Amino acid sequence: MGNIMLEVNGLTTKYVTRFKENVYAVSDVSFTLEEGRSVGIAGESGCGKSTLALSLMGYYFAPLHYIKGDIIIDGKNISGMKPDDVRKNVLGTEIAYIPQAAMNALNPTRKVIKFIEDVIRAHDPKATKKDIFDLARQRFEVLNLPVETLYKYSVELSGGMKQRTVIAVSTILSPKVLIADEPSSALDVTSQKMVIKMIRDLMDLGLIKSMIFITHELPLLYNVTDDIMVMYAAQLVESGTADQMIFDPLHPYSKGLMGSILVPEDGTRDVKLVAIPGTPPNLKKPPEGCRFAERCVYATPKCKVSGVAYHDFDNNRKCRCHMSENELREAYANEQ
Amino acid sequence: MSSDNIEKAYSKENRELCLSGKGVTKVFGFGNRKTLAVDNVDFEFYTGDLISIVGESGSGKTTLIKMLLGLTSVTDGKIFFMGKERDIRTRQKKKEYWKGIQAIFQDPFSSYNIFNKIDSVLLDCIHMRGGRRLKKKEKIEMMREACSFVNLKFDEMTNKYPFELSGGQMQRLMIARIFLLRPKILLADEPTSMIDACSRATILDMLLKLRDEIGMMIIFITHDMGLAYYVSDTVYIMEKGKFVEYGSADEVVLNPKAEYTKQLLNDVPKIHDPWEFSRNRREVTAPD
Repeated sequence: MGNIMLEVNGLTTKYVTRFKENVYAVSDVSFTLEEGRSVGIAGESGCGKSTLALSLMGYYFAPLHYIKGDIIIDGKNISGMKPDDVRKNVLGTEIAYIPQAAMNALNPTRKVIKFIEDVIRAHDPKATKKDIFDLARQRFEVLNLPVETLYKYSVELSGGMKQRTVIAVSTILSPKVLIADEPSSALDVTSQKMVIKMIRDLMDLGLIKSMIFITHELPLLYNVTDDIMVMYAAQLVESGTADQMIFDPLHPYSKGLMGSILVPEDGTRDVKLVAIPGTPPNLKKPPEGCRFAERCVYATPKCKVSGVAYHDFDNNRKCRCHMSENELREAYANEQ
Repeated sequence: MSSDNIEKAYSKENRELCLSGKGVTKVFGFGNRKTLAVDNVDFEFYTGDLISIVGESGSGKTTLIKMLLGLTSVTDGKIFFMGKERDIRTRQKKKEYWKGIQAIFQDPFSSYNIFNKIDSVLLDCIHMRGGRRLKKKEKIEMMREACSFVNLKFDEMTNKYPFELSGGQMQRLMIARIFLLRPKILLADEPTSMIDACSRATILDMLLKLRDEIGMMIIFITHDMGLAYYVSDTVYIMEKGKFVEYGSADEVVLNPKAEYTKQLLNDVPKIHDPWEFSRNRREVTAPD
């Protein structure tokens, strides 16, 4: 057991629309993240994965609003801090964030070294140019990026190279938690592997202490992270280690999600893909019972009326379902 | 199409040559800045085939598709459509050509005219196929049939604009268009790359349904070997503007011959054979 790097308790946030309607995009999310471990978040589009990432940074601006819950990074509670304080004291040193289109974040009129200068100066105004350059060069060498990149403009770099540069720049201050929100979804497989290898290197060298990785590509998640959490309609529905989640999912939704895996391996061609029928609930008025009840094949009348807590299962797993582990396994066995 | 007919259509003797090319080349720029995007490619595609073209970005997949569609000119070589050399020199002839060949693109959000309602999108397709004289009732019946083919509810679609739909629904509407147009050939340029993994399954199944029920020839472009392996009969691997390997999906994926194919397969995340660096890590940190 390592130190706990990130602890989230009952985090709830909402969006307020133009018509003053509340959309609860993250509701009652709790999890802990230990030092040296990485966790992946999987789920359909629109289930709140990216909003969770934004909420975890503690950096709220309209239309995103904080309602309740704690975000504790290495013993320091950052929930409820003012955006300016968050920007100065949390972003960069405690938490770093890589958005999906990170390659568009580089201003084409400035050289890469300028961005690094900006990041470091924002936290340490007295840093000299030489220090900054030494740090940047050392970091780029460690990560197997060519040092000449520092003196290039972003337009001279290829897509994968840009993405890797952005990751190197955003982790230059060795943050405790890295949040990567689909960093490789715009890249092809070859550059994707290079980006993932670099993120893994960062973790193995201890430059970042822990990582949250968001994607809907399950095979990728299996290759990147130690643990996987599945999110549905703003709530976490199941979590466990990558092996448990991919080969032995328990929650009916995770089970359905694992049916969408496509890999070029022997025997996978004959397995028919199954899509989960129906659409996710509207988050303006989330249903009172279990949120998955409408689409669940195993739902009982009880599921539609009463909600269910996110509770512990055996083997360090957590699940949000009325049925117990044995009941679920029985149901799946009867299906086949 | 009944199963007998399908077998008949797929048997070697009965298959019709649908689209073929000889020495197709595309060069961008000139002089020192010459880039060879597609390099002297030969191909023969038959009716009822589902073909995947796989390659990394910059390998010339999309350029080839654009040439087949007639959106860019061909620098050198000839393209044959239904046995005859295609002729798209005038606007009129191009329109005639597009009745036989249609495409679905990567980005469903920018594939629609935002000022046109969904009914008019579908109505255009009926008109293009020569249904301008039909009665209104018949047209609506056709649109309803197309929507139910892709599991969309027509009654919910009327009076809506395309941007009110989700990405997956938009891409399905695109397939409904194709269902109405019934071209001989469908070019699908990464139709699932902007859609999440859960709706991907439905899109792929609908493409397979188009092939099985209408007997359309589909060319599927992707960079993901997993997708290609699932949908296609024949896989072509493209590297730097050339086909380096082709064969049946099982042959190419399970026994790759070309170096490039092996590398592509190695780069795809797999679940039974994870990447070296993730495997090592898992062994070290595995819980007792």
